[in-house]
Order: sequence, then structure tokens, then C-alpha cells
Amino acid sequence: MDERDLRGLIGRVKSGQLSRRAFVQRIAALGLTAPLAGLMLADNGVAAADLRTAYKPAKAGGGGALKLLWWQAPTLLNPHFAVGTKDQEASRIFYEPLAAWDAEGNLVPVLAAAIPSRENGALAADGRSVTWTIKPGVTWHDGKPLTADDLVFTWDYARDPATAAVTTGSYRDCKVEKVDDLTVRVLFDKPTPYWCDAFVGNVGAIMPKHLFSPYAGAKSRDAPQNLAPVGTGPYRFVEFRPGDIVRAERNPSYHLPNRPYFDTLEMKGGGDAVSAARAVLQTGEYDYAWNLLVEDEVLKRLETGGKGRVDVVFGGKLEFVLLNTTDPTVEVDGEKSSLKTKHPAFTDPKVCQAMNLLIDRKSIQDYIYGRTGRATANSVNGPERFVSRNTSFAFDPARANALLDEAGWTKGPDGIRAKDGRRLKLLFQTSINAPRQKTQAIIKQAASKAGIEIELKSVTGSVFFSSDAANPDTFPHFYADMEMYAINMTQADPATWMLQYVSWEAATKENKWQGRNIARWRNTEFDALYNAAQTELDPVKRAALFIKANDLAVSQNVLPLVHRAEVSGVAAKLVAPRSGWDNDLAFLPEWSRDA
Amino acid sequence: MGAYILRRLLIAIPSLLGISLILFVVLALAPGDPFGELAANPNVPPEVRAALRVKFGLDDPILTRYLRWLVAMLHGDWGFSFASRVNVDTLILQRLPTTLFVVGSSQVLALLVAVPVGLYAARRPYSLADQVANTLAFVGFSLPTFFTGLLFILLFSIKLGWLPFVYQADLPGSGLAWVWANVRQAIMPVAVLGFFQAASYTRYVRASALDVARLDYVTTARAKGLTEGTVTRRHVARNALIPVVTLVALQIPAVFGGAIVTEQIFRIPGIGSLLIDAMLSNDTPVVMAVTFVFAALVILFNLVADLLYGWLDPRIALR
Repeated sequence: MDERDLRGLIGRVKSGQLSRRAFVQRIAALGLTAPLAGLMLADNGVAAADLRTAYKPAKAGGGGALKLLWWQAPTLLNPHFAVGTKDQEASRIFYEPLAAWDAEGNLVPVLAAAIPSRENGALAADGRSVTWTIKPGVTWHDGKPLTADDLVFTWDYARDPATAAVTTGSYRDCKVEKVDDLTVRVLFDKPTPYWCDAFVGNVGAIMPKHLFSPYAGAKSRDAPQNLAPVGTGPYRFVEFRPGDIVRAERNPSYHLPNRPYFDTLEMKGGGDAVSAARAVLQTGEYDYAWNLLVEDEVLKRLETGGKGRVDVVFGGKLEFVLLNTTDPTVEVDGEKSSLKTKHPAFTDPKVCQAMNLLIDRKSIQDYIYGRTGRATANSVNGPERFVSRNTSFAFDPARANALLDEAGWTKGPDGIRAKDGRRLKLLFQTSINAPRQKTQAIIKQAASKAGIEIELKSVTGSVFFSSDAANPDTFPHFYADMEMYAINMTQADPATWMLQYVSWEAATKENKWQGRNIARWRNTEFDALYNAAQTELDPVKRAALFIKANDLAVSQNVLPLVHRAEVSGVAAKLVAPRSGWDNDLAFLPEWSRDA
Repeated sequence: MGAYILRRLLIAIPSLLGISLILFVVLALAPGDPFGELAANPNVPPEVRAALRVKFGLDDPILTRYLRWLVAMLHGDWGFSFASRVNVDTLILQRLPTTLFVVGSSQVLALLVAVPVGLYAARRPYSLADQVANTLAFVGFSLPTFFTGLLFILLFSIKLGWLPFVYQADLPGSGLAWVWANVRQAIMPVAVLGFFQAASYTRYVRASALDVARLDYVTTARAKGLTEGTVTRRHVARNALIPVVTLVALQIPAVFGGAIVTEQIFRIPGIGSLLIDAMLSNDTPVVMAVTFVFAALVILFNLVADLLYGWLDPRIALR
């Protein structure tokens, strides 16, 4: 497809012959991103459409049963206690936030009447408060009306340490006050550019005050509603068996017209990802399978039957390699990789650059991740407004060799480089996971060509990702020279994400390795950029600060590899709009089935 | 007899205490953290994780935690699941019927297959029928259930499309259609487990029938002119099945404990899958409760097996 074809397509969208959705899909088939497609349309005068306009059914109900398959079963239905995404997703059937994040990282109102902005006056000019107005006429599943009191209660409930809510981080630094029955004001004690954390997306579920107020604080675990939710969502609770199944039925008084489409819903849990993919793509027993962590080769084979398709959306999940800035071989005060030491190789930017050039990202994408990942040189890969265009990656062993020579690491008789009597032998660790072991092998092979000897280590996932301060094999201890894993930027904003590169977050024995900066990379320029972004209220300037910070981080000890997608299996006729920036079920009311 | 039972029960107490202590210490020493998943979520501040650990008492010394668990268990409080935030007994009771149905049916199927086949094979040792039965028995218990399970799914669900491979504990509906749906979804798991068990039972039945067939009273019965069928049924089978009865009694705990692998493959919400999920999410109270109850059942049914043996075979005296 060349430029002329592309312009032709854009013309057809303008004249209404081609839907916006179909356009984005064709563009995605060319390997371009959905946000880029949106940008292209916007540049050509096609306004960004609310994803709700794509909804076809003319009345609520009549859609029969919707069968969802989650290979990790939900264990509880209180979104504020959700330990994993499985619990968030199951709770999302019943509970709703004020607004949700769409695929392009924009806010879409759910229980809010409108998204606050400076134009409509809901965002204070000094960045110290935001006013949310809820939609009138919304009712809880038990018929009681939703009011501002429920929002104030939700804030109070989640921020109370005795409740032990996992969402408490989004609520403890703000204050929520009631303005009138349908309006609340969220107050911040300092100018806050990222004002849409509380009450938004997967941490934002509003809880009914009339049912939960007797169970706030220390009594939170006794609430019967933890297992039998009463929310405002499109489906009402019928039955829950922890670790097995969630059943729901259509909420006849749902607040959006003609929705939801399905009469009943069931979410079955358990098993493994491959057989979940099979049940949707090959036998059609189920309509939707979540989080298919399956190699693309296998998915392609299962897809050939035509019963279902693989659906890929990109959020903020990044697979990356960290280069340790501290020395894992020296122990200082009972702590390896201590801030008091310096890594013999990776404190030299040239060695870091050489390592970067030795990673064959294209092969990693083509042969390991396929459709489920995109090779990237950025730490922040979305939303589009925060993505740097200044970075690039290359696979260039010759250049890497030259850099290492320049840095003074010379090849010894055995072909391994050494400097000041220390051989360039590195320990590279990650969790046990087939794609990761393959990636390790690709990097090890390339490094050996440049005279770097890499020893590979794989740790069981449950150990590697645990927060056990006594176990030296966890990723925050980082008792190795290099390590690889993935984390998810769960919000469509890089503020929290970027904390993993600021110097005061370095993981040390002192903070029981709970700091987020695992590479212990310390850079005063980065810290300054981060602090500036935390108070910058102009969204454009703020994005520029984050882009600069991104470029700085990836130039040294952070080597991004692959921007990983959220992969789902969807039955052939199911219409299931999703967003990588929110839960899979964030737009459940918009789900329907084509005739 | 009464004294014997009392003594056995008293011996069981230190065994159970020892088992529970070992289980608890092993679980406490095992790496992992029920709130580990939160570590990978940048939105959750580390203090939240630390607070949760304190709230659930995970940072206390092992001995304190063990004693707390023991006292609660003695009061009938099985503990509280970290993952689901509900009482463990609720979780277990919710899953018990499914496991009893699936694993119980498979045991029944195993006996229905093994007893006739084993007796028939023993009637003419080394005949063609015996060879076939023996070969099948060997194949049966050499093939692990995860292999036969996947094979069944590939054949009956994917190639032929006859049977569903996702099991649902509480299918909606009623009447004959509901019964049929329940039977349909149970066919594959019950068959997989049943044939595996049948294979080993068959060999026991055959061996024990061969032993009995050589004894004098069987020869006497034949000499009296009884038909071969009567000899097999009344004289051989009744005595040959005594060791099998004890074997079945020893299998009963497994009926409660579920089948971890098979339950996982067919997504059966039974005790086995509860246990494996709890292990994967480091939900210690659930793992503790399930394994401890299992240990208690093993001890209890060992006693039952011994009592049954004595009752069926008066030559054995229990002291």
C-alpha cells in the first residue's frame, strides 16, 4: 500500500464508506499502530470517534450467553483487594470507575458525566483540584441511587491502611470532598499534572457506601460483598466460586442505552493458556480467552480453523534488560550490588552502548514474539503523546567490538576481553519462561562474538518475582550483572513508571529491596527532569520532559527489548473492543455479537 | 478390639502433630510471597505490600505462626485464605462434592473393570485373554494421566467434537438434559482416572486370585463337583478380594484429595486444583488445611483398612 492508497482510504473514512474501525484494522495490518492511525485521521480532519459509536445492537439483551475463559481463576471480587489482574477483571464485570482508558490512552467517561478539562472548568488552573460530576440517574444493582457520598466513601475506604486495599497508593495523597449530591472535588496538596488516578481505570472502582460502610477498616475482610458484589456495572451478580467460576446476568437498569447485549455472562477460570486458546480458537466452546501467553506459532496453528481470531492490543508492557551499575561480586555490609560499589564494566557508557548493539531485537521479535511484541528502543511506548522519536536500535557487532576496544577492554588469548586483570565475564539472569530463555541464548551468542562471556541463569518465576528480602535470587536484589524481565505500565501516564529510574528509589538492603530502581542507575539530570515533570502543568511541556527522560534512561543502563501486547482469543463473531491501557473488560458494555 | 482402636487413635495424635509441624515449616521456608504479584505492579507502593504482610502475620517467627495455626485448628478454625480472603473451610466444602463425584466415579469404574477382568485372566493364566489383559494393564499404568488426558481431548473434543473439555461444577438447567450434560462432561476425566486405577487393580485381583486358586479348599470345591462358575464366584473371588478391599480403603483418601493433574487438565474445580492454585499463589493457609486434612484421612483410612481386614479374614487377630 503506498501513499495514494492510504489517502484513498482516508477519503473513504471521511465520506463514511469505511468505518474508522476498519481503517485502523487495515493500518494495523501494515504494521502501523492504532494511535498513529488515529493521528492520521485527525490530521485529515476526521474527529476521534468515541468507541461507543461503533456499538450496533438496537436494544439491550437478546444476545444469549457470553462465555469467558480466564486461565487464572479469579479468587475474589473486591477490586480494591485485587492482587492480580484476574481479580481486577472479574470485579470489573460488576464495578465501574468514573472513567476508563481507551486504546489510544484517552479517557472515556463511564460513571462521570464528562471528562474534566480546563475548558469545562473542572480542572483547577493551579493543578490543585479536579471536580468530577457523576451521571444522574445511575443506580446500584440493588436499586439504590449512586451519589457523591459513594465516591467520598470509596476514597475513605481505600486510603485507610487498616482496610489493606492494594489501591491505597492512588487515594492516600489526595482529599475528596462532596460538593453536592452528584459532584465531588478531589484536592491535592501540591500541583498535580496527573489528576486522573483516583476513581479512574482499574484502580477506580466506586464502592457502594450503604453496603460497605459497616466493613471499612479492619473489618474489611468480613464484608459479605467481597464475594457477592453489588455494583453499577452492565451485569448483575449471580454466583461466585472462588478459583472456579463467576456467573452474572444482564443488569436491566444499566445506565447506557441499549446495553448490555448479552443476557448472561460466565467467567470460567483455571487450566493453562494453551488449552484456553484451544477452547476459543479451535473448538469454539468459549467466546473469549484472556491473556494468551502462548507462542505466536502455536496461536497461528490454532487460528487456522476459523472459529476464532487472535486479538492483539498494545498497552505499556515492556520486556527489557537491565545492566547493573553496582558490583554484584563484592559484598559490603552484608549486601552485594551495594550502592557503595561500582560495576567494573557497566559504569562506562561505552560498554553499555556496546551491549546495546549486541542485542538483535529484530530477530527476537521475528522468531520469538511474532505478533505479540514489537522490538523497541524506548522505555515509554505509549500513549503516542509520550513516545520518543529520537531513539533507534541496531544490531552491529562490529561497532560493539570497536567500542569495547576504545573502552580499554582488550581481547585475551582465549578471545575473552579483559581490563586491569578482570575478565569480561557476566552473569545474566531472568525468570524461567520459554521466550526469555530463547532471548538469553540470542544475546549470549552475539556477546561471545564481541569477546564477552555470558553465564546464563534462570530462576523460577515465583522466586524471581517475590518480595522476599531474605532471598538473594529475586529481581530486586539483582545479584547479577544483567537481568531481564517485563513490567507493565498500568496507567496511560509515565509518572509512576519513570520512578524506576530515579536515584532515590534505588533498591538496597536498607529499604529491604523495595525501591523500584533495580539497576541502581543514578543520574542527576534524570532526577531533575523527573522532578520538573511532577509539577509541570502544561501537558505538552510535560510530555517533552518525559521524552527527554526516556532518551536519557535508554542511553545507558536500561536496554528495552520488546513492547509486548495483551493477547486474547476472540470468537469469530464476537465484537469485543479492548484497550491496552485498561482492563480487558473495561468496555464490556460495548461487547456484542455480529449476526 | 476397642482397646486396639483406642491405641491406634492415640498413636495418631503425635503423628498428626509431627506431620503438621513438618508441613508448616516446609511451607514457611519455601520461597515466594502471596503478595509477590503486587511487586510487578508499579502502581502499588511497596509499603502496601509490607502492610499486607504484617496484617496477615507473615513476618512473625515461624514457631509463633505454627502455634497460632495449631490453636486455631484445635478450635475448628481452618484458617483464612490470603488469596480469596474467605475461610478455608468454605473453599474446601465448596469443592468437595465435585471431587467426590469425579474421583469417586472413577474408582467405581476402576473396580467394575478390574474385578471381572482380573478374575477372568486368573482363570486361565498365560492364555490369550490373560496376555491381553496383562498387556493392557501394563500400558494402562505406564501412561501418565496427563498424557491420556491430552490424548482424549485431542481425539474426542478436537478431532471428533463429541465431548466438552472444560468441566463445569454447577451447570445451569434441570431434567434429563442436565443429567446428560453432567455425564457428558464427566466422561473423559472419569475414564482417564478410572482406567489408570483399573490397570493397577487388575494386576492385584489377578495375582490374588491366582494365589487363592491354588489352595486346598478350591481343589476340594472342584472335587465336590461344583461348576467352574460357582467355584470362581463363591470360593475364589470371595477370598481373593480381601486384599483388594484393603487396597480400596487405602485409596479413599485420594477420593477426597482429588486428582491434581487431571483436575487441572479438564479445569475441574476440585480439591486437587484448589491445592495447586493455592501452592502457585503461596496461599499457605489453604495448602496447610488441604494437606493436613489429607494426612488425617490417610491415617484414618489406614486404621479402617486394618479393621476391615480383620473383620473379613478372621484368621487375622488385631492386638
